[in-house]
Amino acid sequence: MPVLASLLCGFIFGLGLVISQMVSPTKVLAFLDFFGIPSGTWDPSLAVVMAAGLAVAGAGYALVRPRTPIFDKQMRWPTATGIDRPLITGAALFGIGWGLVGLCPGPAIADLATLSPGVIVFVIAMAVGMLANDLWQSRAARTVERKLAGASAADG
Amino acid sequence: MANFTPISAAIGGALIGLAAVLLMLFNGRIAGVSGIADGLVNPHTDDRLWRLSFVVGLIAAPLIAALVGRAVAMPKIPVNYAIIIVAGLLVGFGTRLGNGCTSGHGICGIARLSPRSITATGVFMIAAIIVVAVMRHVVGG
Repeated sequence: MPVLASLLCGFIFGLGLVISQMVSPTKVLAFLDFFGIPSGTWDPSLAVVMAAGLAVAGAGYALVRPRTPIFDKQMRWPTATGIDRPLITGAALFGIGWGLVGLCPGPAIADLATLSPGVIVFVIAMAVGMLANDLWQSRAARTVERKLAGASAADG
Repeated sequence: MANFTPISAAIGGALIGLAAVLLMLFNGRIAGVSGIADGLVNPHTDDRLWRLSFVVGLIAAPLIAALVGRAVAMPKIPVNYAIIIVAGLLVGFGTRLGNGCTSGHGICGIARLSPRSITATGVFMIAAIIVVAVMRHVVGG
């Protein structure tokens, strides 16, 4: 059942991207191009998508928060609170990539349905970028462990 | 604002918000696409099935839309393959380093008023706006 539930959620999410045309890099870039404001070509649709999404998610989260999930033991709300360097650096790198092509992860994956060669290449590169970060983070974690082990050995 | 489509944007955005709420209500998970996708490529995850089904649902939406005569147009990407690859690497690496993308931070995070997500969304929006300005009006001419 949790697998069917997430299939349904992915489908509703994808439908939202299709109906709002956020699957179109042209539409997304037309929002990000602020020089379009004075020239009259700016497309504020993305801001409306976010506002509507936030209104529904904000109200909905408030309603479901006190509950236990239907197919799991507990809700996994993110627990991190600090505004640290990885958050800022990561967001900046993501923003640069997003601005270059007008694709972020959700629309890029949904657009695989069009079999566009550019989208396929983008998604493969995105997966490689994710994997690179995963391997780098787990290596960094191992280095810290070794240092801690070395430190405790030296103390003992 | 010739191409402004407020009604379809509002309907689509509401559906994205609804999907986020339902995924939390059903599975107790945040609907962050980069986090969900990362769990598929990360060798250390052991819960790939629900992630895979979310991704399948995401790809199914444009396919079903095509079946009912509302096919999604072939995406027009304004740059060459070298830049597409660089952009893909930056999006993949950056979203994992910063722990979220437009959905995880921009929708789910801001909806729970997370200061981290509000900050991240501000940063990636500004970065993207600057890059588009440079690409279109400095480099592109």
